Amino acid sequence: MSHDSAHAIPIETSTGLDSRKLAIWTFIGSECLFFASLISVYMVYKGKSLVGPFPHQPWTSPTGQEFEPILQIPLVTTGTALLLFSSFFVVMALAGAQRGDRRALLGWLGATIFCGMFFVGMQVYEFYHFVHEGLGYTTNLFGSTFYTLTGFHGTHVTIGLIWLLTIWILALRGKLPPEKSLNLEIAALYWHFVDVVWIVIFPVVYLMR
Amino acid sequence: MANAAVEQPHPRSDAHASATGVWSWITTVDHKRIGILYGVTAFFFFLLGGLEALLMRWQLGAPDNTFVSPDVYNQLFTMHGTTMIFLGVMPLSAMFFNFMIPLQIGARDVAFPRLNAFSYWVFLLGGLLLNSSFLLNAAPNAGWFGYANLTSKQFSPGLNVDFWVIGLQILGVASLAAAINFFVTIVNLRCQGMRMMRMPMFVWMSFITQVLLLLAFPVITVALILLMVDRFFGTSFFMPAGGGDPVLWQHLFWIFGHPEVYILILPAFGIISEILPVFSRKPLFGYAAMVFSGALIAFLGFGVWSHHMFATGMGPVADTVFGLATMLIAIPTGVKIFNWLGTVWGGSLRLKTPMYFALGFIAMFIIGGLSGIMHSVPPADLQQTDTYFVVAHFHYVLFGGSVLALLGGAYYWFPKMFGRVLGDGLGKLHFWLTFIGMNLTFFPMHFLGLNGMPRRVYTYPEGLGFELWNRIETLGSLVLGASFLVFIYNIIRSRHNIAPADPWEGATLEWSIPSPPQEFNFPALPTVYSRDPLWEQRRTHGTAPEPTRVSGEGIHLPNPSFWPIVTALGIAVFFVGFLLGVKLWVILAGGAITALGIFSWAFEPAG
Amino acid sequence: MNDQAATAHQKPHPGTAGYIKIALTLFVLTALEVGAYEVARRGAPPGLAAVVAPLIIQILLVLSAAKFALVAMFYMHLKQDSKIFSSVFVFPIIIAAIILFALIALFWYLGIQHP
Repeated sequence: MSHDSAHAIPIETSTGLDSRKLAIWTFIGSECLFFASLISVYMVYKGKSLVGPFPHQPWTSPTGQEFEPILQIPLVTTGTALLLFSSFFVVMALAGAQRGDRRALLGWLGATIFCGMFFVGMQVYEFYHFVHEGLGYTTNLFGSTFYTLTGFHGTHVTIGLIWLLTIWILALRGKLPPEKSLNLEIAALYWHFVDVVWIVIFPVVYLMR
Repeated sequence: MANAAVEQPHPRSDAHASATGVWSWITTVDHKRIGILYGVTAFFFFLLGGLEALLMRWQLGAPDNTFVSPDVYNQLFTMHGTTMIFLGVMPLSAMFFNFMIPLQIGARDVAFPRLNAFSYWVFLLGGLLLNSSFLLNAAPNAGWFGYANLTSKQFSPGLNVDFWVIGLQILGVASLAAAINFFVTIVNLRCQGMRMMRMPMFVWMSFITQVLLLLAFPVITVALILLMVDRFFGTSFFMPAGGGDPVLWQHLFWIFGHPEVYILILPAFGIISEILPVFSRKPLFGYAAMVFSGALIAFLGFGVWSHHMFATGMGPVADTVFGLATMLIAIPTGVKIFNWLGTVWGGSLRLKTPMYFALGFIAMFIIGGLSGIMHSVPPADLQQTDTYFVVAHFHYVLFGGSVLALLGGAYYWFPKMFGRVLGDGLGKLHFWLTFIGMNLTFFPMHFLGLNGMPRRVYTYPEGLGFELWNRIETLGSLVLGASFLVFIYNIIRSRHNIAPADPWEGATLEWSIPSPPQEFNFPALPTVYSRDPLWEQRRTHGTAPEPTRVSGEGIHLPNPSFWPIVTALGIAVFFVGFLLGVKLWVILAGGAITALGIFSWAFEPAG
Repeated sequence: MNDQAATAHQKPHPGTAGYIKIALTLFVLTALEVGAYEVARRGAPPGLAAVVAPLIIQILLVLSAAKFALVAMFYMHLKQDSKIFSSVFVFPIIIAAIILFALIALFWYLGIQHP
């Protein structure tokens, strides 16, 4: 029977902290620089697109085609809210895991995954809609920076979903007892981070004109 | 994920541990073996980079020379820089991180042994990929810093820059993984009594280096992604026609690039801080100041990047800010120099080969630092930039600094790593050839630079007064080449000089165990009460007897694993898919192999 | 949790009621962000818009920083956990902020505009 880690007695670490938890925080710290660089590029090129469509203003192309401002705040706000709630759900899932409440764990974690999937779905729909409206990856600087920034964020969300789903399946098969709840805690930290990055991206991209 | 931090009652004898054969090396998770893998691979790449340098020097040995074409010359200087930095100095430092950090902190291995192996395999694959470009006569040719928009598809239509972008992205994965590993190792696996302020200085400098790696590499990752999508998908991040700004590349690159040079030099600082005390028979002067100055250099290093861009027209405010910040870094650097001198002052010096390299380092690094300070003044830099004056500066800090320190470290730690002492007579010959060679090669570059000889140009005409110095530099490079032959000869010649555990009367924990160490490092994890535990022991209990090899029964070590190399392969395939012109099925295959590797790794039965 | 020593050092977690309060606070802060955006965009109601519109960037910055801090401190347990985790997270954010503001300054406010 295969089993993953977090089983035997951990040896003492110099800080008393689990090395894997420290590792995920270290990774998260590094990822802050990754997203900060992408956000910086977005900010540097904000307002510098030579042609539309533009995020917040309408635009008429040289050929006379008219474009509305392309960002759809209601849809994205819903996705944002769901992502925020998913952080709440995963905290509850972790609490369930730590006290050995398998039903709570499966329920809350399932809700987390559902919210995350909705968020990714929203983004996929948004990308599809934008392309349909004339904003391609190479159309202008807004397109390039927007798709790169939100695309990498979405990729991080997707990886997080795969991770959480794997843990959900493990929990379903009874392989996530309280002693192994650290595995969920680490995945949850990654998930919260992905949420926190969106907390920055949402106003910068969608709400700043 | 099984890791060394998890003990299980699983007896394992030392006889089983020293498994031989290719498979044992492919699946090794032992930090000492991984260190040797890094060292051998990096040494080979370093010689390749040296060959590239010799070819350049031969071309520049005479005016209007036709030894190599301009295009080949561009490939040479690009690959020389890229190789020396990413495939030479960094992995040579990684060799010492791997071998020495667990020993110096009294641990059995790093925090994540399989991740450690993974880093090595990714490095190897990245280095091989980068150099495979030569087979297609398409080696990277736009400089190691890849300035936009020379690197755009428009002005670099071939595969050269694609190889560079993909190769560096792969290498970045290796560095990031290793940085997480060593950061956690140093924070979490120190033995009893080893507070942070009792760690060996090499461990401290390496620790700061890991922080720099963690913070700087994501930035170049982003820069490379943007360049990649510009080239593969037609975005305009660095294309003026589409509204982009080529100078943004320079900003992103140097936000990485400047911390990168501290990544190259801080481990060297650490090595010197190990050698000088042992060979002066005195503790390091000003330990706390050395720690804080190292940390300050790293922190300030994030605020100076545009001193590489004084000629891009940023305006007086930016020039002033970055100029001043650059001058500030000289202060903690000076603190270090004085502390090294203070270490040697009044010491009972033993002038063995490691000490030669360490003392040579101090002198050469000061010269490099002085030319560096000259660069920090924007108006002066406008004359120096893009000339050989800059080449002189960075070779004094990189060769006279990093390489001399790495060579000193090699002589110092060779006995521990391989159980053999390198010959001291040959070592000193090696040193003098190196010292004379490097000064002949790089000192005249100061003059050539101030007299206007530009960088990165394959030739120069007669009559500008460049001939004499270039010829001397070419001669110097031949002396340097000879010095490496002496080094290799010394290694071969010394294979019978068996080394004791502590040939140098060292102060730190690695000297308390046999040379080379047994797989489990320490029979019992030590407890330390001072910064110089072995000297402390010597003072209170007299000279320790030669440690015997023991059976190691009852000591648990992590199992070897196949999944790190599989995952590394998956990542390489993924990136090669882009190199082949965004071949989707290759990219997906790479992703699938990577996923297989990761899942198998995660669910592998713990060792 | 399998690390007894670490658990012993932690302060008590907020508990379900606390987590719900934080979730609702996050929701409200998001609503305020979008609300401020809408007010600034429409310019209506006029009195409110006159205050909000010139300060929209600062308002969004403060609101998003508050959300960031809430998730980091309470959902990621930084407030209760070892300060080492906080340092490992905060230090890169400081460097990231320096870089972000430096690039904005360099490209928006300083230097020669590149053609």
